[in-house]
Amino acid sequence: MGKVSMTVNGKAVSADVEPRTLLVEYLREHLRLTGTHVGCDTTQCGACTVHVNGQAMKSCTMLAVQAEGADVTTIEGLAKDGKLHPMQASFKEHHGLQCGFCTPGMVMAGIDIRRRHPKADEKTVRHELEGNICRCTGYHNIVKAIMNAEV
Amino acid sequence: MYQFEYHKASSVDDALKKLGGAEDGKILAGGMTLLPTMKQRLAAPSDLIDLAGIADLKGIKVDGKTVTIGAMTTHWEVHSSKEVQKAIPALSDLAGLIGDPMVRHRGTIGGSLANSDPSADYPAAVMGLGATIKTNKREIAADDYFKGLFETALEDGELIVAVSFPIPKRAAYQKFPQPASRYAMVGVMVAETPSGIRVGVTGAGPCAFRVPEMEKALTAKFSADSVAGITIPSDGLNADLHGSADYRAHLVTVMAKRAAATIA
Ligand SMILES: Cc1cc2nc3c(=O)[nH]c(=O)nc-3n(C[C@H](O)[C@H](O)[C@H](O)COP(=O)(O)OP(=O)(O)OC[C@H]3O[C@@H](n4cnc5c(N)ncnc54)[C@H](O)[C@@H]3O)c2cc1C
Ligand code: FES
Ligand code: FES
Repeated sequence: MGKVSMTVNGKAVSADVEPRTLLVEYLREHLRLTGTHVGCDTTQCGACTVHVNGQAMKSCTMLAVQAEGADVTTIEGLAKDGKLHPMQASFKEHHGLQCGFCTPGMVMAGIDIRRRHPKADEKTVRHELEGNICRCTGYHNIVKAIMNAEV
Repeated sequence: MYQFEYHKASSVDDALKKLGGAEDGKILAGGMTLLPTMKQRLAAPSDLIDLAGIADLKGIKVDGKTVTIGAMTTHWEVHSSKEVQKAIPALSDLAGLIGDPMVRHRGTIGGSLANSDPSADYPAAVMGLGATIKTNKREIAADDYFKGLFETALEDGELIVAVSFPIPKRAAYQKFPQPASRYAMVGVMVAETPSGIRVGVTGAGPCAFRVPEMEKALTAKFSADSVAGITIPSDGLNADLHGSADYRAHLVTVMAKRAAATIA
């Protein structure tokens, strides 16, 4: 066991964890932030996407100890003062979800895409979403939501 | 995932000391290959030595002749570097084709080359551009580096520190992504380097290789037509449900043609 400290959704947190604890396990099981999902064992689905120091990363393929000192944002950290983040609002507006399982990862990836491509067109969004899989295969509206979010 | 001890290295020497002191230690770079393998219990190192805290291993340096990239530089940093885009646009393009944005934010050039996956992209760049792998012990020319399936010239306790690419006169990379994984089914880097024309291939064989016949033909006349008629033998090439060895051999010619066409 070793102590790990980081900032999650603006709050300083720390805990004793085993080195093998994944960041996603730390978020879900220690901090009870269960919005971040696990959909695969192979780093392919993107359901676990969070932001670490402002960049989208797959929290299932990062050890909690690797995030020591980092600034982490999860889906729970997006809404401010009861108001949805523009990307969340756009997913709602464009029906960017069906069962909702992939949605937190899609929203986190979507924000990251628009951060790097403020005017992303459809082709760019589709290419950039390569690491996020929707089992309901609702990509069309997800792409629309990401392109049209007023971020 | 099995239990292991985690160590943060503060310098290359510190990493080597910790690696030497461990029973079955492994270096951790971006973790994009190592951690999935451990999650599936296909690997069980006793200790992980994390290079992330070593500032010397990060960053990109460009002088008149070479681009030198620290081992811990991420695919995203290589892709988005204005200096790389200017000096070797083909290398920036290639880095942007690796995996997905989240993988590019963490995966590193050193980790990719140490791993030498048969269908990884960087090996085509190292081979095609005639790069040099710099380790804590020595400098290894691309031609001497790739040895076989997941096998390189690296010895036990040898760390990649940086990779140095001579700036080519022109270069282009063309990748045919495997439809499921998006790794390179076949990827070809064609380059006119200071030491001549080179053609580096990944995905087709157990490790990256050159195609001397194509290099000769392009030297005689640099055009897509020069390579269009050259086929490589399919003996020993990779075959899986996505593509036979013959199909891969054919793709080498097609990708080489496309790469040459973009810069001819
Ligand atoms: C979903 C997904 C898609 C991907 N798609 C592609 C793709 O299209 N093309 C592609 O090329 N790659 C792809 N990759 C692999 C990716 O590029 C990895 O980042 C890379 O192969 C490993 O680099 P890493 O920094 O993550 O290394 P790690 O996983 O940390 O390490 C890999 C190996 O290298 C060793 N090692 C690491 N650094 C050093 C060093 N400096 N010196 C000596 N040994 C070292 C480690 O001990 C380990 O054995 C993909 C990965 C994933 C998860
Ligand atoms: S759970 Fe992380 S990529 Fe699938
Ligand atoms: S909405 Fe169901 S997995 Fe994407």
